[in-house]
Amino acid sequence: MAGGDRLNAGPISTQSRRSIPDFLGRPGPSAYHRLNPLTKAALATVTAIAAVVLGGLIGPIALVVAAVGVPALVAGVLGRLVRTSLLLSLPIALSAFLVNLFFFPGAERVLLRVGPITATAEGLAFALEILARILAISGAVTLFYLTTRPADLVVDLERRGVSRRIGFVTNASVQTVPAMVERAAQITAAQRARGLDTEGSVWRRARGIIPIVGPVILGSIAEVEERTMALEARGFTRPGRRTLLWSPPDSRAQSVLRWTLLAALVALIVLRLTGVVA
Amino acid sequence: MTLTLSGVGYRYAGADRPSLLDIDLELPDGAVVGLAGPSEAGKTTLCLVASGLAPRTVGGRIRGSITLDGENVDAWPMHRLSQQIGIGFQNPATQLSQVSATVFEEVAFGPMNLAVPRDEVVASTWEALATMGIDDLAERDPLRLSGGQQQLVAMAGLLAMRPAHLVLDEPTAQLDPAGTTLVGEAIARLASDGTSILIAEQKTDLLATVASRVVVLDEGRIALSGPTDEVLNDPRLVELGVAEPAPVRLARAARAAGIDPARLEAAHG
Repeated sequence: MAGGDRLNAGPISTQSRRSIPDFLGRPGPSAYHRLNPLTKAALATVTAIAAVVLGGLIGPIALVVAAVGVPALVAGVLGRLVRTSLLLSLPIALSAFLVNLFFFPGAERVLLRVGPITATAEGLAFALEILARILAISGAVTLFYLTTRPADLVVDLERRGVSRRIGFVTNASVQTVPAMVERAAQITAAQRARGLDTEGSVWRRARGIIPIVGPVILGSIAEVEERTMALEARGFTRPGRRTLLWSPPDSRAQSVLRWTLLAALVALIVLRLTGVVA
Repeated sequence: MTLTLSGVGYRYAGADRPSLLDIDLELPDGAVVGLAGPSEAGKTTLCLVASGLAPRTVGGRIRGSITLDGENVDAWPMHRLSQQIGIGFQNPATQLSQVSATVFEEVAFGPMNLAVPRDEVVASTWEALATMGIDDLAERDPLRLSGGQQQLVAMAGLLAMRPAHLVLDEPTAQLDPAGTTLVGEAIARLASDGTSILIAEQKTDLLATVASRVVVLDEGRIALSGPTDEVLNDPRLVELGVAEPAPVRLARAARAAGIDPARLEAAHG
C-alpha cells in the first residue's frame, strides 16, 4: 500500500507466511445476512423514517410486515426480533399509548371513564398510530442489529472513505454497552456481598441503584485514559488510511437498491409536505 | 537496537514533585529487565516514559534523554515510536480495541493502523499469534476470552507491530495463577527469541524466572540495580517494600530454624 510503513524484520519467531484466514468476513447464514451492511443500514433507516413520515396506521403496519417481518423470516431471526424489539420499545410504547389514550387533547368520543381520567376514541386511534410507528422503528433497528456485525459496517464504511475514527467511535460505543452491563453485574454482586439491599420494594431498589451507578460510570471513565494510551501505542493516531484485510461484498444491484430507497424516501417526504399523501 | 534512558526525570502536569528522578537505564537487544518497587514508586510512570507515551499522550514535563541506538527520539511521533517500542498494561480488557470481531483482527489492528502492506500484516499477525502460542484462538471473539487469554492477545497485538522492545506494566496484576503462568511462559518464550523486555512486576517470583537484571525503584529513584539473583537476594529489598521471591523467603526461614538452605534445595532436587 502506497505511503504505508514497513515493519522491522522483528525478533519474533519466523513462521511460514500464511494467507488471510477464511473466517474473516465469513458469509452470514441467510441471504439477508449476506447483504452488504450499508444496504441493511439503508433499509433500516428508510423503514424507520418512512414510518414516521407516512403516519396513519396502515402505512407503518405495512412497513412492519414488509420491511421488517418478511426479511426477519428470511433471516431466521423472527423470534429473536420480536423479543428484542418488544423489550426495547415496550416501556416507551406503553407510556406513549396510555398518555394518548387517556389525555388526547380536544377528544370528545368517550370510550371509558376510570375515575378522573377518560379514554377516548380519538386518543385510541392516535395511540395505535404511535404504537405502529414505534414498532416499525424498533423492528427496523433490531433487524439490522441481529443481522449485521458492527465491525462489518465499520470496515465497509472505511472502505468507502469514511474516517476510521468515526467508525471506531460508533463501533466502540456499541461494544461498550455489554462491557458496562457486565461491570454493573460485578459491582452489584460486590455491593450485595457487603450488605446492599437491591431487592424488595421499588423504593429499596431505587436506593440500591446509587451505589452501583457511581462505580460503573467512574470506573468506565477511569479506563478511558488507559484505552487511549493503548490505542496510541498501536498506531491508531497515524494519519492517513489504514490497511483493510477484507471488506464485505457489494454489488451493482445493491447499489441501485440503496439509491432507489433513498429516492423513494425523498419522494415520500416531498409528497407528504405537499399534501399529496395525507 | 538499544533503548537508553539517561538522567531521565518526569513530572506529571500539575504535580508538585517529580515522579521520576535521574533514571539511567539501558535495554539492549534480548535483555529482560525487571522493574520492582512498592506502590507509587514510579514503575508505571517509568513504563510510560520508556514507551514514549509520557509526555506525548499523558502530558507533563520530561528531563534527560531517551535514545534508540544513540538517536534521540524526542521528536518522533507516537506511531513511529510504537513500531520500535510496544507497551502493554495491567488490564487486558482496556488494551483490546473493542472493534475487532476476531482475535486475528485484534492482533492485526496495530499493523493495519500503520498501513503496512496487507501480506505483511497477515504474516506478522500469524507470527505473533504463533509466538504467543494462541494461533488456535485466531477465530474467537476477543471479548469472550479469559483474562489470561486476553492478556496474551494484547501482547500478540504488540508483537505484530514487531517492536524491537516491549514494555510491560504489571501484565499479570489482574490475572489468576493460570493466567499468570500463561503470560510468564510467553515472556520467557519472547526472551528466548531475543525480544528485549522491560517488565514492571510486583510478583518477584516471576521476575526471578524471566529477568536477567532487576531495577528497584523507590520514590521515583533507582534504589537497587543489578543482576536478578543479586538484587532479589538483597536484604534491603523488604525495607524497600518489595516482597522477596518464595525461594529467598524459604531460605531465610530455613536459616532461622537452623536448617541449611542448601539441604532444602538438595531435598527438592
